[in-house]
Amino acid sequence: MSEADCPECGATVELHDDIEVGEIIDCGTCGAELEVIAVDPPELDTAPELEEDWGE
Amino acid sequence: MKVGILYSRIRQDEKLLLNELRDRDHEIEKIDVRKQQFGLDGTTADIDNLDIVVDRCLSTSRSLYATRFIDHYDIPVINNPETADVCADKAKNSLALDAAGVPTPETKVAFTVDSAMDAIESFGYPCVLKPVVGSWGRLMAKLDSESAAEAVLEHKKVLGHYEHKVFYVQEFVDKPGRDIRVVATDGEPVAAMTRTSDHWLTNAAKGGDTAGFELDDTALDLVEKASDAVGGGLLGVDLMEVGGENSGKYTVHEINHTVEFKALNGCVDVDVPATVVDWLETKANEATPEATQ
Repeated sequence: MSEADCPECGATVELHDDIEVGEIIDCGTCGAELEVIAVDPPELDTAPELEEDWGE
Repeated sequence: MKVGILYSRIRQDEKLLLNELRDRDHEIEKIDVRKQQFGLDGTTADIDNLDIVVDRCLSTSRSLYATRFIDHYDIPVINNPETADVCADKAKNSLALDAAGVPTPETKVAFTVDSAMDAIESFGYPCVLKPVVGSWGRLMAKLDSESAAEAVLEHKKVLGHYEHKVFYVQEFVDKPGRDIRVVATDGEPVAAMTRTSDHWLTNAAKGGDTAGFELDDTALDLVEKASDAVGGGLLGVDLMEVGGENSGKYTVHEINHTVEFKALNGCVDVDVPATVVDWLETKANEATPEATQ
């Protein structure tokens, strides 16, 4: 289990060992959607807003 | 084999796929399309020696263009851009299914509010208005009355992107509270599930309950034909039962080209990502025989 700082609220976010760059996680403190932009060391950024053409 | 994964967001579906590929010691090149440029003679993405590229873009527009460029570089891409083009657009989807003789809901496309209103009135109420491009059940409107139809059409006309002025009107199919999602590879089902909800939209993304479903011969035939109609590939084929639960009669309302399968994988005994990777290995081997050696 690794950790990174939430770019929204600054809280520490615990990360699973198998996190992937591009994965989206929620900050347990402020609820912000965060994107994993690096894994070694782990780094988070605010996730992009939902776009109209997203889907399957 | 060396697999390129086009993506902009890694969902659980992509993680399942990546883990399966890694477990089999395949090389993976994750290509975040947001960071790349695609030119006529090449791309900033590292595509050297890729045996196959799998499009897992969350964004339909990025998916359509990125796969078109990858295909231009003569790298096999799943799904191919022609399939993506048809599946991404509900009107093209309907036309392809109808041309292939696959039963699909009666559909009309109109370009003005007045003609859309005429189309709606011809179906009667309720009927359904859908965006031609969209997913997860978003912006779908079940029109129960003339006043509701007028309001939705006006909103789309005034507030909508130009694609929202392509009014895609469809008969309302009175399905038995569920529809059927089949994940298939070149028309061969990997597994199928029902999506059940009290809401008229039963998408798993909308919270529909999922359960494994055994396809009968009629459904198997329709999945194969529907897949062929859009050029095959890794697809999500959606069917509705006509005439009640287990009626054995179906209509195919949609085919998805960047299909999500985590919900399916969670409710059936089949290992969906493993079956998909089996198929990818076959496709890569067909394109480059030494790929899986």
